Amino acid sequence: MIRNFLGPIWAIAWKDILLEIRTKEIVTPVVVFAILVVVIFNFAIEPTPQMVAAVAPGILWVAFTFAGILGLNRTFSLEKDKGSLDGLMLCPVSRDTIYFGKVLGSYLFMLAVEAIMLPVFAVLFNLSLFLPEVILVAATATLGFAAVGTVFSAMAANTRSREIMLPVLFFPIALPVVIAAVEGTAGTLRGDGWSEIGRWVQLIGVFDVIFLVVSGFAFHFALEE
Amino acid sequence: MSQPSRDSLAIKVKGLSKAFGRTGVLRNLDLEVPWGEFLAIFGANGSGKTTLIRTLASLTRPDSGQIDVAGLSSRREGEKIRTIIGVVTHNILLYEELTVYENLKFYGRMFALKDVDQRINDAVGQMGLSHRMHQRVRILSHGMQKRLSIARALLHHPSILLLDEPESGLDQEALGLLQKAIGITKGSLRAVLMTTHNVEYGLSMADRVAIIADGKIVHKESKETLDVAGFRNTYLHFTGSAL
Repeated sequence: MIRNFLGPIWAIAWKDILLEIRTKEIVTPVVVFAILVVVIFNFAIEPTPQMVAAVAPGILWVAFTFAGILGLNRTFSLEKDKGSLDGLMLCPVSRDTIYFGKVLGSYLFMLAVEAIMLPVFAVLFNLSLFLPEVILVAATATLGFAAVGTVFSAMAANTRSREIMLPVLFFPIALPVVIAAVEGTAGTLRGDGWSEIGRWVQLIGVFDVIFLVVSGFAFHFALEE
Repeated sequence: MSQPSRDSLAIKVKGLSKAFGRTGVLRNLDLEVPWGEFLAIFGANGSGKTTLIRTLASLTRPDSGQIDVAGLSSRREGEKIRTIIGVVTHNILLYEELTVYENLKFYGRMFALKDVDQRINDAVGQMGLSHRMHQRVRILSHGMQKRLSIARALLHHPSILLLDEPESGLDQEALGLLQKAIGITKGSLRAVLMTTHNVEYGLSMADRVAIIADGKIVHKESKETLDVAGFRNTYLHFTGSAL
């Protein structure tokens, strides 16, 4: 039963990852964009150690979220443009399965971009971010982004102004996760304990669950003609 | 995988309507396809052929009406229906950057097929694509892509085939392969609904023919009693264009 549910989810994610490895249509522009954001902020604020601790979490999550949006925009537009979304919808799996497969693909892709970004950020701002707390915050917050972003990507793919529509739909809903991620990262850099950071992680976790459940339901309607 | 019921019709459509905005595409359409029958539906552009296929395939939700496929209700049992239908549309429904094998392997996993490699070998063999197995779809010609699209639709050995103008883009050899591939399991529990513009091809394949105009089936006829010239006149009468 579980294998029947998880098998197609992994198949969809595997297919998306393989396509991205072959084409690099998303990862290249997204990584370049994210690095540009970090470089521009680096020159704009001339960071001192005190200032870095204050602004770094915000800059980091600006780079992650905007880069994530660029990637999410392509998640369904490529399927839609090539007509392959119909092929997915003809498979004998529930719409939930398609949703979770696309979420998993987007999630792994966004984590890969973040893994590339962290050392760049560390070098430019002279700040070590390879801390378990930061990785935990990034892993949970990114799941929330992928959960919401996937359903809005499906909705936006049916509109003419999809590149504008996705951020307009995404940011107001994802805002609590962005705020919690920034606060959790800032707490880590300030040296707050697990108890303080854990509260932000819990908050992100609650939103992740809500996003996955509600978005999974909304996804059925997003695919309708 | 679900087994179709012999007790019911392969396809039964009653009062099917679908509109896009204010434009009605299917209007109270009724249709029945028994098991073992190959029905070819002829219609002009915009008559509702593609929307009918998409609605039967559960790609488009109808506004009203009842669709039963192998006795399964499309509203409640879409997932089960998708295990027993194979669909060929205008789009190839394939990933251009994956190879022939990878595409079929992906669909095999989505259909939870057990002997997937054997089925892939059979399907590509039937469509004359064995030597292209490890080539990316992007570099195949349009005709080869269409052949692969048919192999994809046949991979899970569907009982019901929904073919939307499958002959477009295929050469004579490929048309013969398609005819053979459909015929291989003919006589077993199978039904085919095909839309087409090509009268020679449609008549060579079908047991029964129908005409769709303005979103309705306006004419049905068995091929046994068919007079081709008369059928062309009937088509002209209902659609205003020649076959």
